[in-house]
Amino acid sequence: MSRIKEKFAELEAKNQKALISYIMVGFTNEKATISIIRGLVKGGIDIIELGFPFSDPLADGSVIQNASTISLKKGTKIAMFFSLVKKIRKETDIPLILMTYTNILYHKGYAKFIAEAKKSGIDGFILPDMSVEESKEYLQAAKNNADTIFLISPNTSKQRIQKISKTSSGFLYLVAVFGTTGVKTGIKKYTIDAIKQVKKQTKGKIPIGVGFGVSTPEDVKKYIKAGADAVIIGSAYLKLIEKTSKNQLEMKIASFTKSLKKQTIL
Amino acid sequence: MKYPKNGRFGEFGGKYIPETLVPAIEELEENYLKFKNDKKFKNELDYYLKVYAGRPTPLYYAKNLSEKIGGAKIYLKREDLLHGGAHKINNTLGQALLAKKMSKKRIIAETGAGQHGVATAMACAALGMKAEVYMGYRDTIRQKQNVFRMNMLGCEVYPVKSGSKTLKDAINEAIRDWITNVENTYYLLGSAVGPHPYPVMVRDFQSVIGNEIKSQMKKINNRAPDTVIACVGGGSNAIGTFYPLVDTNSEIIGVEAAGHGLKSKMHSATLSAGTKGVLHGMMTYLLQDKEGQVTETHSISAGLDYPGVGPEHSYYKDTKRIKYHAATDTEVIEAFLTLTRTEGIIPALESSHAIAEAMKVARKSKKSESIVVTLSGRGDKDIEEVQNYLNKHVKN
Repeated sequence: MSRIKEKFAELEAKNQKALISYIMVGFTNEKATISIIRGLVKGGIDIIELGFPFSDPLADGSVIQNASTISLKKGTKIAMFFSLVKKIRKETDIPLILMTYTNILYHKGYAKFIAEAKKSGIDGFILPDMSVEESKEYLQAAKNNADTIFLISPNTSKQRIQKISKTSSGFLYLVAVFGTTGVKTGIKKYTIDAIKQVKKQTKGKIPIGVGFGVSTPEDVKKYIKAGADAVIIGSAYLKLIEKTSKNQLEMKIASFTKSLKKQTIL
Repeated sequence: MKYPKNGRFGEFGGKYIPETLVPAIEELEENYLKFKNDKKFKNELDYYLKVYAGRPTPLYYAKNLSEKIGGAKIYLKREDLLHGGAHKINNTLGQALLAKKMSKKRIIAETGAGQHGVATAMACAALGMKAEVYMGYRDTIRQKQNVFRMNMLGCEVYPVKSGSKTLKDAINEAIRDWITNVENTYYLLGSAVGPHPYPVMVRDFQSVIGNEIKSQMKKINNRAPDTVIACVGGGSNAIGTFYPLVDTNSEIIGVEAAGHGLKSKMHSATLSAGTKGVLHGMMTYLLQDKEGQVTETHSISAGLDYPGVGPEHSYYKDTKRIKYHAATDTEVIEAFLTLTRTEGIIPALESSHAIAEAMKVARKSKKSESIVVTLSGRGDKDIEEVQNYLNKHVKN
């Protein structure tokens, strides 16, 4: 069983839902990333998504775009990323998911990239511009190596939900809003309806994580009440990281995480 | 390749898109397939192309230029004479009409040099719709006249300050807008790039160029031209020129922007110097570094300043049916001035890349041979850029 699946099983046994955070590696630098991870773990995070920067993050809003630009300017490279993951793995057994864009994997070769990622300790992948139709080679490379988490949108048809959930492993990533990451729109009725629809279509066979625009403990509470198995918070973390001084980073991240995690304990 | 199966030209193309866009892309393909063979739609589009845009465009024998070089006969396909001053209107009329049939209320577009933005604003005005255009901040500075033109046409222009602040970033931002407003918005893409069905749809709307060349050359020579040349950025005027001629014996050459030279890193010659990758919804050749990060490009012409290229061009490069060459900024300025002085025609800097190549080919060809160059746009928008270039070089 993968670390991600184990984590969901463990949480279910404890009657908890999963709190997932997204952070951008190398934002604001490599050392900060380590402090942030320590803070997340201290705060009780369940799963961590590590964003790897891409020059053209077309599904991301301004906060993650900016973090990508800074990370790239600081010289974030794939080899450095893998060695960072190895370092993190020495400290924690928490599931780690790599979130980036298709070209980063494609360019190196799916099989080669995924094998190296797995070796360093990555458990799964999220590629927001990878559609199930184009995923054959990617899936082959990931098979028995890592979970492949695909996204579902509020406008995804029932048939497609079926198709995507069969292609996904680990969990399904439900995009909460029409829009890019980090745009605060408040909780929409269509999102709640989408959570219910995806639950109905998947019949509990795979957990559902809700992300995009989720930023506060109240958001977490409402999405979990609507049936989400996990909530994903990204831009809100990056905003906190941006305004926090280095020596406070671990502590502040831990306390924000605690406030969110509380809402996932039923 | 008539209609690409699964949206693939060989291995190139596809649909690498965020899930939110899938229903919109499916709706677009369904409607495009329905209307492209619809008689009423075709008649309406033909009407606008003829009486609004000014088609067919002439094929002009550039006698002075040909004689000056002393080789093959050079013919210019005068897309610069179209309404708006460039070939872009062929595509924007087609897509705006399609958007109207799909009852889309809001049109968004990206633009590089501003020509596609202007053509979108015009087509939308003519069809009673409103457009909003994303344009790289750097391009809004070097093509400020076109920004003003779009504003006058009732179109909102949003300067994009992310990334390299040019065409690729304008496309990113237009896609983000589309994801956010997917329910009511039509994305009117200006080049033969992006996820399927855009590359094939834009090619089809631009194929009017190649089809006219074919019949015009038949009247003149009773055969296809010996050589056909067009400039390639995203590659819409080129694929529109080439596609109807790929089944003939014509030698076909696409010309990219070599900027300061292919070894300088200051260029936009994707097919000449790129590697395969995924950007803007398609698998195609890209200018990228060893890590798969898309690199910044340079060209004297904003319209060619793009690190990707239409997937069908990538396909023809690999099958070797089409040759892809590149012209440097210096060669381009020389071609620009030569055509202006010999024929009294001021070409766009984009099109001047094709002229530069035509001059090279003509020099090596026999007088009995014919070269057709697509003059994709007029150069009035570039006067300031050329002036700056010349001033700098006079000083140095």
